[in-house]
Amino acid sequence: MNFWRVGLLSLVTIVLLSLTRFSFDRYQQQFGQTASTPASPILVAAAASLQPALQSITPIYQAHLNQTINYNFAASGVLAQQIQQGAPVDVFIAAAAQQMSALVQQGLLAAGTPSTLLTNQLVLIAPKQSLVSLTDWRQLTDPAIKRIAIGEPRTVPAGQYATEVFQNLGILELVKSKFVMGNSVKSVLATVETGDVDAGIVYITDAKNSSKVQIAAIADDKLHSPINYPIAILKSSKSLTKSRQYVEFLRSKSAIAIFKKYGFGVAKSQS
Amino acid sequence: MALGLPNLNLNYMSIPDLSPLWISLKVATIATMITCGLGTIVAYQMYRYRGKARSLIEGIMIAPLVLPPTVVGFILLILLGKNGMIGQILDRWNLGLVFTWYAAVIAAIVVSFPLMYRAALGAFEQIDALLLDVARLEGASELVVFWYIALPLAIPGLVAGTVLSFARALGEFGATLMLSGNIPGQTQTMPMAIYFAVQAGAIEEGWFWTIIIIGISLVGILIVNHWKI
Repeated sequence: MNFWRVGLLSLVTIVLLSLTRFSFDRYQQQFGQTASTPASPILVAAAASLQPALQSITPIYQAHLNQTINYNFAASGVLAQQIQQGAPVDVFIAAAAQQMSALVQQGLLAAGTPSTLLTNQLVLIAPKQSLVSLTDWRQLTDPAIKRIAIGEPRTVPAGQYATEVFQNLGILELVKSKFVMGNSVKSVLATVETGDVDAGIVYITDAKNSSKVQIAAIADDKLHSPINYPIAILKSSKSLTKSRQYVEFLRSKSAIAIFKKYGFGVAKSQS
Repeated sequence: MALGLPNLNLNYMSIPDLSPLWISLKVATIATMITCGLGTIVAYQMYRYRGKARSLIEGIMIAPLVLPPTVVGFILLILLGKNGMIGQILDRWNLGLVFTWYAAVIAAIVVSFPLMYRAALGAFEQIDALLLDVARLEGASELVVFWYIALPLAIPGLVAGTVLSFARALGEFGATLMLSGNIPGQTQTMPMAIYFAVQAGAIEEGWFWTIIIIGISLVGILIVNHWKI
């Protein structure tokens, strides 16, 4: 009885294992194909704050060039980690220079990159139905403000900039214990939208496109390092030409117009 | 470390802030105490209850075991959030639960309860029912039957359930992150510290917490094995 049971169990295990093996092979085949054939989609790793803007730009580009673009939106630090671990990314757009410079140092970027694509502003936001009227950054030290949502500073550039603002205002130690640290700027925005925190720090582009939050104050850009979005093509990309085309398109007038509509600034270096 | 797992030089790396360890132990211990009592009592009631709704009730209580933690977290957030059904009532007395360590305790109770319940039910079902009936014939009240006969006979199963619940509470991540947030020094547990360390590429810090969790889990398994002898 027991013998049969063991036999049956091992049979099932072997079948399952070979199935996974089979699908893995198919995945590899598919993957290999995508890397070599001309119609292959390109994979863009982009900072979470770019999600709405890029999602409205992409259909225009795809209609134009019959080129599929896949996105991976996450905190810039997370994306940089994934790229360092070998994620098959073609184009990387970060929300801070710091995350890009790690890749530059490791020699992972194609020649001529990175360059700055966009700029942004940091804002203090509050839930729309908030009872406390928030107008100034220093107000965050007030005991009435119990929780402040920010991005986890090591991985989320918006959190990194927020920490710089608090440090330069000299109130970091006073507000530190109120931080609820989200894993992307989008999760920070969502946390403020639900009203479970009293305030949050996101980009002006996130705040403008949400109906559930109000902008309490805009950070003086002297208080934090410049918010630049560098764009780069990865050296390991199997479709360098297509990636270049895509990057050029993002600098075109039609793309810039959409970025501006969402509240982004355009980098000064390229008029 | 005698484990010889990673190539870890403890002198070289700085020891991270230990607060995730204390928060994890605090949350898991309180949650386990509540789960242990609640699970035992509910399991004993279910052991005696043979009504029609039995499988329905059991299904609801086991659900957190089979549901993804994110689903549990989402439901709890909907219920306990500032605009949630229970959250709105609590808000009237200025009792915000979300983003506090109490929320982590609640998440841990919900996910560890099924383990305690299953283990306790199994333990009660293994008792010779005649023993309980004999006591009842002799005039013992239900409370006496439970306290002096059923409970002592079920102890090994209850201990196993408690240790499993503790391990589950200690490892809880998804629902906890959604409900209690990542607040370093207040709600950041060890699994959360690992998650954020790995995302930030802080591999040494990830290893540090991983080894501590493995150590605690091994001790738990040793306790269960010791008790069974």
